[in-house]
Formats: sequence, structure tokens, C-alpha cells
Amino acid sequence: MISNLINRKIFTLLKVQYSNMLEYRVEIALWAISGIIPFFMLNIWTNNNLNESINISDTLLSRYFLCAFFVRQFSVVWVVFSFEEDSLMGKVSPYLIQPLNPFFRYFAQHLAEQITRFPFALIIAFFFFILNPESIWIPNLGILLLSIVSTFLSFLIQFLIQSIVACLCFWTEKASSIERLLFIPTLFLSGLLAPVVSFPAYVKSWIYLTPFPYLIDFPANLLSGNETNISGGLIMQILWIFILFPLFKKIWSEGTKKYTAMGS
Amino acid sequence: MNLRKYLKVYKKFLHTSLASELEYQTNILVDLITAILSLVGSIFLLSIFFQNSGYIGGWKFEQALIIQAIYTILNGITNTWFNPNLTEIVKHIREGTLDFVLLKPIDSQFFISLKKINPSGFLEIMLGFLLLFFCIRINQINLNLSFLTLSSITISCSICILYSLWFFISTSTIWFVKTWNAIEVLRSFLYIGRFPLSSFSFSLRIFFSVFIPIAFITTIPSEVFLGLTVFWKILLEIIVATLFLINSRKFWLFAIKFYSSASS
Repeated sequence: MISNLINRKIFTLLKVQYSNMLEYRVEIALWAISGIIPFFMLNIWTNNNLNESINISDTLLSRYFLCAFFVRQFSVVWVVFSFEEDSLMGKVSPYLIQPLNPFFRYFAQHLAEQITRFPFALIIAFFFFILNPESIWIPNLGILLLSIVSTFLSFLIQFLIQSIVACLCFWTEKASSIERLLFIPTLFLSGLLAPVVSFPAYVKSWIYLTPFPYLIDFPANLLSGNETNISGGLIMQILWIFILFPLFKKIWSEGTKKYTAMGS
Repeated sequence: MNLRKYLKVYKKFLHTSLASELEYQTNILVDLITAILSLVGSIFLLSIFFQNSGYIGGWKFEQALIIQAIYTILNGITNTWFNPNLTEIVKHIREGTLDFVLLKPIDSQFFISLKKINPSGFLEIMLGFLLLFFCIRINQINLNLSFLTLSSITISCSICILYSLWFFISTSTIWFVKTWNAIEVLRSFLYIGRFPLSSFSFSLRIFFSVFIPIAFITTIPSEVFLGLTVFWKILLEIIVATLFLINSRKFWLFAIKFYSSASS
């Protein structure tokens, strides 16, 4: 009975958000295009023969960057920006009265956006293969499923981190600048611009303890067939979710106590 | 055009927007840390590229640092003026408040492009200049009058091109209503500006000098610093910048003919 109710709620939320997202198809297509930075990086790597030094062939490297593009497409999170706007405008108050944590709403929004984005990402991949026909490959089903799971876990980690930052809105109003700060290490350390294998040793010694390489590098290596520790990576992803989730619940309950709506 | 009147109005703009931005002091501190981290991150990325090869596209590490410095300065200018103002156009059009701008007895493009200022971008500009002076020392560049004029001419041309690119994209909102993500596409293309143009493949080089002249923005000023540039390139940049500026003006006058305010 209860699970049925939750299912229905989630289904309705998804349906509403999906039709909302379909309204802005062009915007989402543009957003998909804005994620092509990995391809520029690939161009620098192969054009200067930099990959020889890290023992990755051209084909594997181009697959890696294509997968990095895909993982990034399906793990983009912007909850802090939505929440900041809603909280500054006082829109959070009606959400708080509803018997549903408002973050479910944002969560459904993200999932719906990913479904809308999927065809555009496929089109970009199609063009990529036309330009680089030698990098076409078909991952086996098990690997494909595992990488979908790990991409989703990466999305969850980023969603939790951003939700924690978003809850800071209850205290500081402008939490998005903290998010922009956190985005910098995510950009440079996650493997979006350069595979983590190529990092110098003094970075590699500690980076695997942080959540960053599990956001893009690990799922992309998995999907592209590059060498990676599958079970270790998945365990670390789940571990980070178990660390972040209680933190989010704690800060959410503290924050809602602190919350003062506009006009109250 | 009454210059004195515009100067006076601009002083008022500065006063009001500085006053409102300085309300969020911790924000400025966070933005400073973000700017420093982002510079450290891109130098880190550059050092990965150079760790096993002395040259990238014919540029040494010390020379490529000049591009980083100029990119940082231009990015600071973008964050100080272009980003806060030109993203506002999107909001004006969606909410119909562009009416109030058009009704004012002042040039609307002037109003819309310079109304706001974000002081945290200044820190980034200063950071860029610090790096630039450092580069001038390690590359043993002689400072003389002709060099200073040439470099300031090319950098001002870059600023004009950058402004026009931002302005074109934001103005297209009049037809497309939501173009937040078009701005994201521009941002991701501008990312190219962190690296020497010659490190990319031929087709990308053509694309980024003919269609979106990002090549002109950072590479040509850096070549001026190194004394590598030829006269026709500087002339070309001046012509491109003038064309872009004139067209941005024409485009704005053309676009506001199509503006129908929110209720009509």
C-alpha cells in the first residue's frame, strides 16, 4: 500500500517533469552540445601524440573521452541553482507543507531531463563515430549494465553533494558560489579533461580516496574497456553514498528548522 | 551622444551595483578562492600535457603560460561585466521588463551592457596580470613602447570580440526566449582559448578562426608577447574586432524591432 503510493507519486512527478522538459527541447539540445569539452581535449591529446607516454592507444583514448562525454551527460546536476532560486523567491514554503520531500521533485526533474537528453547525446556520438570510424566498439551486455549502474551512482553522489550545498541556502542565501567552488576540483580531478591514469604520481597517491575519480573516470574507463578495478570502484561509489546520505538528512532537518519563509 | 552624461550615468551604475554586491562579502571571498583554484587547475592540466613532451603545437610550457594569463584576464573581464549584464537580457525578455529599459532616455545597448558589475571578477583580472608579469620575467620579454601599444591594441580587440560574441548570443533571446544554455555552449567553446591554437587539428583550427574567432582572442595577443606575430595577423584582428562591434550594434537595433513585450 505505502510502496504503491510512493510509486504513484514518483511516476506522476516523472511524467510532469518529462512533459515540462519536452517543452524546452532546443535548450536541452544546446546543453548537450555544451558538454563537448572532452572532445576538444581528445583533439589535443592525439594531435600532439601525448598518449604515447601513458601507454593508451589512440582508439582506446578516443573511446575513453567519448565515454567521459556520455557519463558527464548523464550525471549533470544543477539542483543547487534551482533550490537557490526557489528559496530566494519563497517558493520553498508551499513545497515544505506537502507530504513529500521537495528534493524528490528536483530528483525527478533531473531524471526527466536525462531522458530528454538521451537522443541528443546519441546524435553527438553518431557524429563522433563518423569522424572517428576506427573507434567504434560494442561493449558486452554485462559491462554495459555495470557502467549504467556506475554512471547512476556517480549521478547520485553529485546529487547528494549538491543537495548538501543547496541546504546551505537556509543559512547563507547564495549557496551557488560554493557550488561553483566545488565544481573546480570536480572539473580537473574527475577525469573529464584528462584520464586520471595520466596524472602525476603525487596526485595519484591520494586522489583515489576522494570521490572525484569515481564521478567520471571510473564509469568511463569501465564502459570504454580501459583497465580499471571494477569491484573496488563500485564499492567506493556506494561507500561515498553511504557517507553523504546521512549528512544530507542531518543538514536538511537542521535547515528546515532554521528556515524562515518570506513574510513570516 | 553626450559623453559627459553617459559618464555620469555610468558612475551611478557603478555605485549602485557595487553597493548591492558588497552586501555578500563572504561570496566575494568564495569567488576569490574559486578563481585561484581554477587557475591552479588549468596550470595542473597544462603540466600534465607537458610532463612527457617539451612542446605542444610548437609552444613551450613557459610560453603556454602566457595564454593562461591572458585567458584569466579575459575571463575576469567576462565575469565582471559581460556575465552579470548580458545574462540579465534573458531575464528582461522573459519577464517583459525590457520595456522599462527601452523607455529610458538613454541608449538601450549602453544600459543593458554596463548596468551591473561583479567586483569578484577584479580579483581574477589581478590574478591574470600577476601571472602575466611572472611570464614576462621568465620569458625575458623586453618591455618597450611599441610592444606595449601592440599588446594593448590586441587585448582590447580581444575584449571587443568577446563582448560581441556574448552580446549576439544573449540578444538572440528575443526570438528564442530561453537561451541560458546557448551561453553555456559559448562558455565551453571559449574553453579552447586556454590552449595554443596550433595544438589542435587543422579542421578545429579552421572552425575556431573562421566561424567562432576564439583563435583571435588569446593566441594572437600571446604571440605579440612572444614577438612571434606577423603584422597581417594584428591587422586582421583589428578588422575582425571592428566588424564584430559594428555588427553587434546593428544586430541589437534589428532585434529590438522584433521585441513584443510580455502582454502584447
